[in-house]
Amino acid sequence: MYPDHMQESLRKVEQTRPERLRLAKSGKDICARMLEEESNGLLYKFHPDYKDDARRVIRIGPNKGEKLTTEVADLLESYARINPEQFNLKQPDYETDVLVVGAGSAGFAAALLAAQNGARVILDTKLRVGDSNSMMAQGGIQAAVAPDDSPPIHYLDAIGGGHFDNKPELVEALVKEGPDAIQWLSDLGVMFDRNPDGTMVQKPGGGTSRKRMHSARDYTGAAICRTLRDEVLNHPDQISILEHQPAVELVMDEAGRVAGAVLYHLENREYFMVKAKATILATGGFGRLHIRNYETTNHYGATADGLVMAYRVGANLLFMDSVQYHPTGAVYPEQIVGFLCTEKLRSLGAQPLNKHGEIFVHPLEPRDVEASSFIRECLEKGNGIRTEMGRQGVWLDTPLIDAINGENTIIQNLPAMYRQFKRFNIDITTEPMLVYPTLHYQNGGVEINNRCETRVPGLYVAGEASGGVHGRNRLMGNSQLDIIVFGRRAGLHAADYALKTKLEKLSLQHVYDYNKEVKQLNVKPGKIAPMVLPDYIPEAVKQRQFSTHYEGTLRM
Amino acid sequence: MEKGIKTVKVYILGEGFDVPAASTILAAMEYAGFQLTHGVGCREGFCGACATIYREKGDYKLQAGLACQTVVSDGMNIATIPFVPAEKPVYDITKLTPDVATFKELYPVIFRCVACNTCTKACPQDIEVMDYIQALIQGNIERSADLSFDCIRCGLCALRCPAEIVQYNAAILARRLYGRYLMKKSPHLAKRVEEIKQGVYDQEFETLKTMDKDRLREKYYSREIKVK
Repeated sequence: MYPDHMQESLRKVEQTRPERLRLAKSGKDICARMLEEESNGLLYKFHPDYKDDARRVIRIGPNKGEKLTTEVADLLESYARINPEQFNLKQPDYETDVLVVGAGSAGFAAALLAAQNGARVILDTKLRVGDSNSMMAQGGIQAAVAPDDSPPIHYLDAIGGGHFDNKPELVEALVKEGPDAIQWLSDLGVMFDRNPDGTMVQKPGGGTSRKRMHSARDYTGAAICRTLRDEVLNHPDQISILEHQPAVELVMDEAGRVAGAVLYHLENREYFMVKAKATILATGGFGRLHIRNYETTNHYGATADGLVMAYRVGANLLFMDSVQYHPTGAVYPEQIVGFLCTEKLRSLGAQPLNKHGEIFVHPLEPRDVEASSFIRECLEKGNGIRTEMGRQGVWLDTPLIDAINGENTIIQNLPAMYRQFKRFNIDITTEPMLVYPTLHYQNGGVEINNRCETRVPGLYVAGEASGGVHGRNRLMGNSQLDIIVFGRRAGLHAADYALKTKLEKLSLQHVYDYNKEVKQLNVKPGKIAPMVLPDYIPEAVKQRQFSTHYEGTLRM
Repeated sequence: MEKGIKTVKVYILGEGFDVPAASTILAAMEYAGFQLTHGVGCREGFCGACATIYREKGDYKLQAGLACQTVVSDGMNIATIPFVPAEKPVYDITKLTPDVATFKELYPVIFRCVACNTCTKACPQDIEVMDYIQALIQGNIERSADLSFDCIRCGLCALRCPAEIVQYNAAILARRLYGRYLMKKSPHLAKRVEEIKQGVYDQEFETLKTMDKDRLREKYYSREIKVK
């Protein structure tokens, strides 16, 4: 139930619905798509990345002198969490061929492929194995499977969506392996939605020129991630799992190669050292940095730890000046503000409307364009709908979904969305959702090649932590594909490399060196990274915590 | 406490705290000063990390829910479950058969189901848990996979089950068996995988990869869009 002051606007939505439904069913475009000039102007004026203080020059490390997202630059200009003097480099606590950091779908795919190629694997994770953004993806995974589609068409969509900045070799790998990724996952038992004849159900996504979104209801990420987790747990002899002990620093050897990581146990606060011939970072993104104070769709652990660790050993970053805001985050009720409302809602026909019940943008523009148009509608045109908490949003007219696709489409295809709103007494089969852009995805990351190698030997990166695949704007369904394709590639190539590699003496010299440089910037002591977890403890509570202290965001 | 915010008293692990009335259990715990490292994950109802047992004021019943999805009430008594140490047998999915024999071997415990429906009542996803276990007992893998599809593996079913069944682990096996062996195969998928393997698109990729941005831009904005 929406509050009284929204009822008038809701009536307008209902009044305009029959005509919008007629248009949607007519097969014509319900709203013209934007041309390049118009969308560029919109992005420049309204996308949060283009605000004056959204970016600043980083003063340290491989990207020194470049403009990065301000919060990212702040994080990178921080001291190490560990004191390298305290570690005995001659006695690592664990030894393995391949260390995988991060247990979402990219980490799982990497661990499985590394094990399959003969490596002993340690899979290390911050929280529970499988707790990740991968698990939360709803809408789908792209792959050019349909007869009227092809991998080159997928390539063009991805690279256009990314504003032509994507690394071609990475996009090629992504789209070329799409169908094989779907095949692999199906063979492992992921239940992708099928038509009665066995062909895949395929829907469009923002910026796709064909219907190539494969889904598993609206639990697509969960269906994939839980299947991969089950498979990982079926290989205990080759894959050892360490939970609740995030990696906080990489270890190198004296030949300048990455040779494992230092882990911090969140329960008993011990540190452990893993010696590994190859290390794969599959640590995900940065939503919990709450860039520009945005709410986020991201998992509790999405704090960009991998970026920090990789940067300190000399790996360079790509496109870390760009942030993806998902157009449709929940704005009401307050308990679910920022939560993801899947793009699949729009794939199935839900339309964004202003307070007058008017459609103001094509529902399936690329995400940055769609999000910017929502912001314009609220902030410049004054056509947003306000909540009691002072937030603004636009309607996403979900009742159209059943009207267009047939009764029970929402219940059968969007059970997560239905459940999410029903818990708070909003029935999305009869009422629209109120939405506004929410911080969603790290478009850039550590630069990799198509073998997932970084420029530092022994260090591999896969998934959201990597940069180059999506340029400066990722399309829906390309991250689920990314984590499978590049997770597998990282596992394969890291195993190959590890089995040929003999490490020299271990070293943490890079930590001393980086700390020294941070100090020269006059960064105040106590500003440390990686963040590990965000801090949501109220200040008033902290003021009474007389005998404890915080290191960064973590209470000691 | 900020002025003007309506609060309620909740009991977290037995200790009383005043928290905003509109909080979820998760937000209430953080408001009270808990920095969570267990019993917290995606915070949006997808990962199942925040299984919670609670009791409402004046009620004797222990209820089950997700901390990130359940709003507090005055006098609520809360205990989060950090971890569920449930059994998961190791198997090779390529060597199993999609039938009841597999469950007799790997999850014989499901046949102890007394049909009490406690698991269903405990499920924060409103899944018909008992029905999917009964379907497995009858060898109906498809029905079990379908009914259990929205499972987020919080483990509350197993924690409440008087017959010691690990429903959610049996369910992932049911879905994997159904997905791998029983779903119809897509003819387009196999064909496309083969085409790619044979290099059908390699030439086109070479052209695309060497195009400068202007030509790519032109090609992109003039591409045919076959979705409305």
